[in-house]
Amino acid sequence: MKTNSRNLYLIPYAAWIALFVVAPIVLIVYYSFRDIEGNWSLSNYAHFFTPVYMRMTLSSFWYALLITLFSLLVAYPTAYLLTKAKHKQLWLLLIILPSWVNLLLKAYAFIGLFGTYGFANAFLESVGLGRQQILFTDFSFVFVSVYIFIPFMLLPIFNSLEELNPTLIQAARDLGASPWTTFRRVVFPLTIDGVKSGCQAVFIPALSLFMITRLIAGNRVITLGTAIEQHFLVTQDWGMGATIAVFLVIVMAVIMAVTGRRRRGARG
Amino acid sequence: MNARAKGRGGWSWANLYLIAVFVILYAPILYLVYYSFNAGGTMHGYDGFTLEWYGEVFSDTRLLIIVLNTFVIALFSSAISTALGVVGALAIHKVRRLQAKNALLSLNNVLIVNPDVVIGASFLILFTMIGLKLGFGSVLVSHIAFSVPIVVLMVLPKLQEMNATLIDAARDLGASGWQVLSKVVLPFIKPGIFAGFFMALTYSLDDFAVTFFVTGNGFSTLSVEIYSRARQGVSLSINALSTLLFLFTILLVIGYYLINRRSGKITEAGARP
Repeated sequence: MKTNSRNLYLIPYAAWIALFVVAPIVLIVYYSFRDIEGNWSLSNYAHFFTPVYMRMTLSSFWYALLITLFSLLVAYPTAYLLTKAKHKQLWLLLIILPSWVNLLLKAYAFIGLFGTYGFANAFLESVGLGRQQILFTDFSFVFVSVYIFIPFMLLPIFNSLEELNPTLIQAARDLGASPWTTFRRVVFPLTIDGVKSGCQAVFIPALSLFMITRLIAGNRVITLGTAIEQHFLVTQDWGMGATIAVFLVIVMAVIMAVTGRRRRGARG
Repeated sequence: MNARAKGRGGWSWANLYLIAVFVILYAPILYLVYYSFNAGGTMHGYDGFTLEWYGEVFSDTRLLIIVLNTFVIALFSSAISTALGVVGALAIHKVRRLQAKNALLSLNNVLIVNPDVVIGASFLILFTMIGLKLGFGSVLVSHIAFSVPIVVLMVLPKLQEMNATLIDAARDLGASGWQVLSKVVLPFIKPGIFAGFFMALTYSLDDFAVTFFVTGNGFSTLSVEIYSRARQGVSLSINALSTLLFLFTILLVIGYYLINRRSGKITEAGARP
């Protein structure tokens, strides 16, 4: 390269990386080694490995897994049918549109829908099941989370289905594969990248939800995200909160490494 | 081919499924809109039409100031992060060594995959350490910070699409470095810049978790305000507000669609909580 093409652009960008990517993570690690009086200690980590936090971690993972699984179960067929639909770009736009509505408003809508006299209960009553407690249950938590995450699962899968060469499917059919075999042996393996990045885009945020747990699950479900919020903004025990955050960062790095490089598409 | 082979039956099941998903996705939003006109004051039992809640929204000065804050933050943060992101994309594009390039890209993506709560908490520590007062400034800075990587990701593919001979040609014809940038590179990557700006805008407008951590007392954005009102229970002025926001979102999406139609794909835009 020529001498006058030194990479000057790197200066502001590297400054951004140093200040907002590296420094915050370093600070979180630093705080995780400080106890509540500000002394160096491992007490936060010792605390983290007690049954209370372990149980919370396990239940966070369990809920995140459920949310990811249900999102996948709904989103894959939807994406598949979308690629076959006549006006697919329009359909896609219509399905993505709700994801651009403020998250808080959607959560708020479910408070009304799932409330004691809300639409869901009116429906249950009309089919003879009677009123149920829907809000503040595990079901409502998982349902609302899946609702919110479906577009993030759907987009990467849709993109990878679009990239799939249709002649491969025709070839499989010509060679006598049943539709199910074609799907299992050809379509799904070839779109696994989309599924992976979709799962990644859902699992990591699902692990650290805190707004939905408060509004919809009524503090019944305590996820790691809720615990961080609690420690930072309520009990002011930043050390403990930072320790959980360090754990989440490690989990994120592991998931990133396992699912490989993410593709263009939805954001996490 | 596949669907047609199954005949009309397969086709209609497929459509039924899509319509069901579609209905579930829109039900909560339409529910909010419907009850925003309810004279009864609750989200059940429709007692008649009223515009009372809209009147309440427009006479609530505090709420209007918060709406204004939210838009000011969104516009400033997306403009600044677009500039920074374009510079970042140019920086990454210029790096020749593959390893260094991948390292930069990974660092870039950290703020995209990091959970919002972790970003919020770590920014709170950062701002406290450097002594930035929590409020407008801290919210603006953090919105800029988390919007930069998405702009980079929107602009970078455009830079890669660009033919390097274009730049060589411009240089051979005697263009200065600045002229190459402003007359050749920037016009070429313009769709990416617009897409990045738009995404940054929606990121900022939608963000709740990060803002919630760094907002402090006395300053609030819409998401944070809706959260604290929703925790106190149902109030139909939130419904009225959400109807207005929904209409605004549709306008924004239509605008984005029109801008992006020339470059073709809407799938690249991605979704956003």
